[in-house]
Amino acid sequence: MEDFPWLSVLIALPLVGALIVGLLPRGGEELIKRAALGVSLVVAVVAGVMASGFDPGGARFQFDEKYWWIKQFGVHWAVGVDGVALTLVLLSVVLVPLVILASWNEADRSGGVDVPAKRSVKTYFVLILVLESMMIGVFAATDVFLFYVFFEAMLIPVYFIIGSYGGAQRSYAAVKFLLYSLLGGLIMLVAVIWLYPLSAKSTAEGGLGEGTFLFSELSKLNIEPTTAKWLFLGFFIAFAIKAPMVPVHTWLPDAAGQSPAGALVLIVGVLDKVGTYGMLRFCLELFPGAAKWATPVVLALAVISIIYGAVLAIGQVDLKRLVAYTSISHFGFIVLGIFAMTSQGQSGAALYMVNHGFSTGALFLIVGFMIVRRRSARIDAYGGVQKQAPVLAGFFLVAGLSGLSLPGLAPFVSEFLVLTGTFTRYKVPALIATAGIILAAIYILWMYQRTMGGPAAEKVKGMADLSARERWAVGPIIAVIVVMGFFPQPVLNVINPSVKETLVRVDQHDPASKISNVAENGARP
Amino acid sequence: MRTTAAVLAQGDISAPNIEYGQLAPMLLVFGVAIAGVLVEAFVGRTWRYSVQVPLAFLGLLGAFAWTCVLAYTDKPFHVAAEGALAVDGPTLFLQGTILVLALISLLLIAERGGKDHFAPQASALPGSEAEQETMAAGITQTEVFPLMMFAVGGMLAFPASNDLLTMFVALEILSLPLYLLCGLARRRRLLSQEAAVKYFLLGAFSSAFFLYGVALLYGYAGSVRLSVISDQLGKNAGNESLLLGGVALLSVGLLFKLGAVPFHMWKPDVYQGAPTPITALMASCTLVSAFGALLRVFYVAFENLRWDWRPVMWGVAILTMVAGAVIAITQTDVKRLLAYSSIAHAGFLLTGMIATSRDGLSGTLFYLAAYGFTTIGAFAVITMVRDAGGEAGHLSRWAGLGKRSPVVAGVFAFFLLAFAGIPLTSGFTGKFAVFKAAIESGATPLVVVGVLSSAIAAFFYVRVIVVMFFSEPEADGPTVVAGPATAAAVALGLTATVVLGVLPQPMLDLAGDAATQMFVR
Repeated sequence: MEDFPWLSVLIALPLVGALIVGLLPRGGEELIKRAALGVSLVVAVVAGVMASGFDPGGARFQFDEKYWWIKQFGVHWAVGVDGVALTLVLLSVVLVPLVILASWNEADRSGGVDVPAKRSVKTYFVLILVLESMMIGVFAATDVFLFYVFFEAMLIPVYFIIGSYGGAQRSYAAVKFLLYSLLGGLIMLVAVIWLYPLSAKSTAEGGLGEGTFLFSELSKLNIEPTTAKWLFLGFFIAFAIKAPMVPVHTWLPDAAGQSPAGALVLIVGVLDKVGTYGMLRFCLELFPGAAKWATPVVLALAVISIIYGAVLAIGQVDLKRLVAYTSISHFGFIVLGIFAMTSQGQSGAALYMVNHGFSTGALFLIVGFMIVRRRSARIDAYGGVQKQAPVLAGFFLVAGLSGLSLPGLAPFVSEFLVLTGTFTRYKVPALIATAGIILAAIYILWMYQRTMGGPAAEKVKGMADLSARERWAVGPIIAVIVVMGFFPQPVLNVINPSVKETLVRVDQHDPASKISNVAENGARP
Repeated sequence: MRTTAAVLAQGDISAPNIEYGQLAPMLLVFGVAIAGVLVEAFVGRTWRYSVQVPLAFLGLLGAFAWTCVLAYTDKPFHVAAEGALAVDGPTLFLQGTILVLALISLLLIAERGGKDHFAPQASALPGSEAEQETMAAGITQTEVFPLMMFAVGGMLAFPASNDLLTMFVALEILSLPLYLLCGLARRRRLLSQEAAVKYFLLGAFSSAFFLYGVALLYGYAGSVRLSVISDQLGKNAGNESLLLGGVALLSVGLLFKLGAVPFHMWKPDVYQGAPTPITALMASCTLVSAFGALLRVFYVAFENLRWDWRPVMWGVAILTMVAGAVIAITQTDVKRLLAYSSIAHAGFLLTGMIATSRDGLSGTLFYLAAYGFTTIGAFAVITMVRDAGGEAGHLSRWAGLGKRSPVVAGVFAFFLLAFAGIPLTSGFTGKFAVFKAAIESGATPLVVVGVLSSAIAAFFYVRVIVVMFFSEPEADGPTVVAGPATAAAVALGLTATVVLGVLPQPMLDLAGDAATQMFVR
């Protein structure tokens, strides 16, 4: 099994599944849904089997494959995962079946406030499976060109999901999403292409003697500082739009407000991680000098994102938009951790990417269940739900508390690591960022109070509690959040070696500090 | 009489040496065109269509086969016909591309059976009794086939021309039939005839520019041969104002054919008015041919002058990309929209041409082939979406097409994404190739403008997708009528767009091989 092409198979499986689902007869909707769920479960199992063979102490990129794809451009089909990429791949393959389960009826009864005319159920699940394949591909790619291909191609299924299955403003939101991402992607394209002539230079001039896009080769490049700064910017703008960071975040609330809840889990939970993942992987390792040059500005933007996202979240009246703004705040934390350039900071950021995927995923799913019941995403459409639907309210509370990083729940560990990691080097940003935690308490608890707390309002009378299917969709995520809150160490063990490599590459050492070995020993709450 | 006698009296004149074997593709196409004229004259009306179509197909196929044989047997790199024509890698690549694209266009042109695109009798005035009669008689337009073959013959000769006079003749051979073809639309005939007149007048005007430029260059170099002009440039001899004036005027003539801004005014009107199969032919084959000629002129004759023309071409490329993309946003007619999109793509192609390198040449060649297939496919889809009065050109009529006929709308959306340059389509590979060449030659700012206008362009492509998929269908929306030939053209376009996007290596190799020796001098 050593040479089994795990990652290529993982990328191909959902595509094959999408093809099978696409060929099923249009009438049998139940069969289509079951088939889609089955495919995603198979993918998850295969990924699990692969992950069990990952050796944290082994080579940096494992399960790697490399074949020529377009020789003329120096492009390989090269895939492989390190710890960070592996955890993100796992996050994707775990979330997809749950999302399919949760959005069982989403395509026929839209999750949006205004229900569009009946859409093709089949297309919805085909698009989700295509998206899954691309999500795995984007994290597994170790060729910058291949990464770019997945990065851009991924937009198309999302665009159709938002545009066809979203709320009343769906086409506006879909176009805004696509144009923002496409613009970022195209700016990155210039930087990607630029890498080719740089690598084609002779070794004496700092090149590699042969044009290539292989990440492992490109990281040996010796790029002249001014050029490196431009290239860094090209990549960073694309990732900042994706992540999204203030001031290029405005597409997310619109996309979130209009998108069906299930797909939203994948958009915010996984797709946006491509942005932060790209910063950690490409911005830092390919252009370490430029990354250090840009650090002050990036840290400032990250802190602004944390506070601004949180403040705006407090003011939202729409549940999906609210959670979207909380995500902007959380992405600020992740970026802060990455650019703090300490091992705890980056380990925390990498762990945060996973935790945020689960915690926000759970929130969006439950919000989706609420919308299906009340046909409204507005907070004032609810009140006292916990009397009517205690299980729903309970899950919502746990997911919400994980969003405000309550100790004992997964995001706490990562947020703590990010803040301590940042504090050892950059005291002021860390202190300001800490205010984000307080704001988080406000937006989460106030949201819970307004929707779930108090006496059961007239308008939520008759609101059903979670069905068995819905419990099975959210239950596993809640379990993961709790388990990873107490035992983050296995995941950290996988992440830490990759983060160390990144730090070596950017030539940064942890400042001497008493808490500097927290990451190694694990942060027990 | 006297001159003939005088020449004969000298006695020592030798017959020109024509390499028939190497020029066979062109000669075959011209031969078939002439045969087509004879068919029009001597074959009965009922039989003409069934004779013309196979004749044209066989002619194009034969020419393509011969081109392949030429390319594979001896990798030609020489001038032929006393130096009037060049047979080299780029020539054969471009000719092969033109022939394949012409074959696919022919599928559209040959579509009949209630789905005719052409007026039964072009000479009958629109709205006249004569028109009614010809309609009622069920006459089928067959003159399009010889006309098209002449145009294709001219297109084959245009990028192969090694001297400016041959190039001018080729330009006229390709243009004159196209002017006529533009006026042949079956429906909305006045619009079609207006397009034809407009194209003719502006085309004649640009030909005059071209010819004036040739005259000035002759004055500078004492020859119209591209290599001689290049040599003369190397010696730094001659009158520089003649040279610069000549280059400028010649460029106007060439850029007009590509529809580069500011010489693009004809494109939207002509693309909209012409019968859609002819628009497909122009948008693919004419563009390939004109770009081939432009490349040859600038890579062979004016290569040593590139420090002078490059800044101007930068300006033209930037204007073309930005104006094409920006103006397209306001369009409401699908064909006009694609016309402006074609203008923007001409701008992207110019960035590859400006690189003046081997990569620039091969990238441009690849882009031309990739774009040609996608374009024909897109126009073929446009012919399928019909109202009672012909094609449903207005964008609002396309609302909800995605629900009415998901396959057709999906295919069109795919073509649009390819135009927008989304990865895994041929459009992305092409853009990557030319932008890479441009960056290698140091034209990074140009590429930045290129990607920004791509983003603008993406907006209007996406808008069409929004109309098709995200808006509700109208009650009396257009119907999708797909004849077998049109469906085949769409399928071919789609296949090429996918294959050149996912596995572009063989085609890139072909373009790379064609460009290894660059142009023969």
